[in-house]
Amino acid sequence: MAGIPHDHYEPTTRGEKWLHRRLPIVGLLYDTIMIPTPKNLNWMWIWGIVLTFTLVLQIVTGIVLVMHYIPSVDQAFASVEHIMRDVNGGHMLRYLHQNGASLFFVAVYLHIFRGLYYGSYKEPREVTWIIGILMYVLMMATAFMGYVLPWGQMSFWGATVITGLFGAIPFVGESLQTWLLGGPAVGEYTLTRFFSLHYLLPMILVGLTAVHIWAFHTTGNNNPTGVEVRRESKEVAERDTLPFWPYFVIKDLFALALILAIFFAIVGFMPNYLGHPDNYMEANPLVTPSHIVPEWYFLPFYAILRAFTADVWIVIAADWITGGIIDAKFFGVLAMFGAIIVMALAPWLDTSSIRSGRYRPMFKWWFALFIVNFFVLMWVGAMPAEEPYNTISLIASTYWFAYFLVILPLLGVIEKPLPQPETIEQDFAEHYAPKTGGTKTIVNPAE
Amino acid sequence: MLKQLTLSAAMVLALVASPALAAGKAGKVKDIEFSFEGPFGTYDQMQLQRGLQVYTEVCSACHGLRYVPIRTLADEGGPHLPEDQVRAYAEFYEVWDPALLDGDGDFRPAKPTDNFPQSALSNAPDLSLMAKARAGFHGPYGLGINQFFRGMGGAEYIYSLLTGYTGEEKEEAGAILYENTAFPGGWISMAPPLYGDDVVYADGHDSSLSAVSKDVSAFLMWTAEPKMMARKQAGFTAVLMLTILTVLLYLTNKRIWAPVKNRVKEGSTPAE
Repeated sequence: MAGIPHDHYEPTTRGEKWLHRRLPIVGLLYDTIMIPTPKNLNWMWIWGIVLTFTLVLQIVTGIVLVMHYIPSVDQAFASVEHIMRDVNGGHMLRYLHQNGASLFFVAVYLHIFRGLYYGSYKEPREVTWIIGILMYVLMMATAFMGYVLPWGQMSFWGATVITGLFGAIPFVGESLQTWLLGGPAVGEYTLTRFFSLHYLLPMILVGLTAVHIWAFHTTGNNNPTGVEVRRESKEVAERDTLPFWPYFVIKDLFALALILAIFFAIVGFMPNYLGHPDNYMEANPLVTPSHIVPEWYFLPFYAILRAFTADVWIVIAADWITGGIIDAKFFGVLAMFGAIIVMALAPWLDTSSIRSGRYRPMFKWWFALFIVNFFVLMWVGAMPAEEPYNTISLIASTYWFAYFLVILPLLGVIEKPLPQPETIEQDFAEHYAPKTGGTKTIVNPAE
Repeated sequence: MLKQLTLSAAMVLALVASPALAAGKAGKVKDIEFSFEGPFGTYDQMQLQRGLQVYTEVCSACHGLRYVPIRTLADEGGPHLPEDQVRAYAEFYEVWDPALLDGDGDFRPAKPTDNFPQSALSNAPDLSLMAKARAGFHGPYGLGINQFFRGMGGAEYIYSLLTGYTGEEKEEAGAILYENTAFPGGWISMAPPLYGDDVVYADGHDSSLSAVSKDVSAFLMWTAEPKMMARKQAGFTAVLMLTILTVLLYLTNKRIWAPVKNRVKEGSTPAE
């Protein structure tokens, strides 16, 4: 492994040597936990740990919930109420699991934004990025299917709308939709297969998490300067890095504890704030809610889905060129999935050789606009499909694509980057120059 | 009891099938101070008992509470009725028991382990979860700001609905609709269920329309979220423990990084 040079595990006792010859698992754990980590990582590098923790939280609470949940259209809603009322601690487990999904997405969005700003997707970390996007897609699928399980009104109608997207695919769409639903409409077989997949996909996520970590442990972490760790020798590398344990473990745990304090305040004091009230009504195929809205974490992509209506010129053009194969509905579906695909392609769309946005004066502003735009999309996704929201969502969706397809490729050519520090050591030393006399402590690395 | 029968008869006549969520403009919801709002808010046990009385004597004529076990009336953090009272209360209801008469099924008086009966009328929605199902985002621009800062939720909606009748009626497709300022769309098929002095409280508590509506709204908040007090307690403990843990980890982190960041105080030993 062409990683950063560092100490490796040496078995000392007889027992350790015996095991190491047969299975070098202690060595693997040692190398993982003692990996040299750039010492200038800032507080945006904590989200990976938060995500790992949340995955475990969701699996643990989920396993217990499954013991009491009944995946049947007649009993699903009542069994959730049984969990909320009769199961010891059931209401806490259920609220932890429900709000855990929100924590998961808060963390994943910040994690992704971190990667986008500091260029963590760039060579040689493309594989880490691609696996990350894949995990994000799986997370969305898992969250969507989990939301269907309580069998409330929004569960049912959300499932109807989202699986309807597959029906928009030309030629195979209808069969595909039937195959996904296990029947002509959302019903018993939809619920049971979503339940099965909701249990399966997180296990795949566990595996992908390991691969994701393996990939970036091979390349080494990115860092706020985007400058690589020097690897000539162990001694030189040690001037740029610190071992993960204890420096980053304690730092990450501190951040995690703080985030969990906020998380438990939400679970304890306002657990339904982020959910949709309609989901406390049992699914009823005969009554359509007046306003079907996905959970907050899907709203940006829901806005992109709805943005390209039949009167937009590019949709009309696509319709005409393809002879009606790509109609407005299918165009919306393509746009929604395309929004994630262009993000996955960021490593090849971004032409700048500078990784960190810190040294890219023009990129900074476009990136800030990208973040603002993300929240605009989220807000407009929750609004009814009428003016002025249609126009706003069209503009915001266009910016999403323009950011990846036009701005990132162009900036690399026209932008004049600022000077980067030579080494991580130098960057770190500038922040933490030796102080004389004063004992003032600054805990947050500036960022 | 006679009053209940009269009311239920009146409501059978008045009610027509109409989905609760008619499309149209959202109704006006007043902000009411409830004892259970905020992180430290608790249910008012006396208020829940009064609300139970209103529910029993008025609402239960048409509506049900199918997810609520009767025994939970004895729960702490709820109405907390004595066990013998709960047993006596349960017998007030009849439930269908499919095991009776050699499997043919028959009605029998309810036991505390049974749930409240379902709605007596098909078009009267079950009220178990209504206080959560109607906790709509009243806040400006759908941001739920009112919900966040003013603790507005389904209990406020129920109160506003019960007190929101204007007295106007209209006939539409053979059904009488009543104008209501809180109901989305403005016209509801439920006749005004409360007028004030609908119940006589044993403790002589105010039984005006506003007071009775408030009591029954609080009771329905409890039926929707019976574990609220346990949840807030757990949340409070968790936040407290995690805050202590956060402080300890903060100090640990600071000490570990001090030598790296050249922040060691003179005379102290750097942590290794």
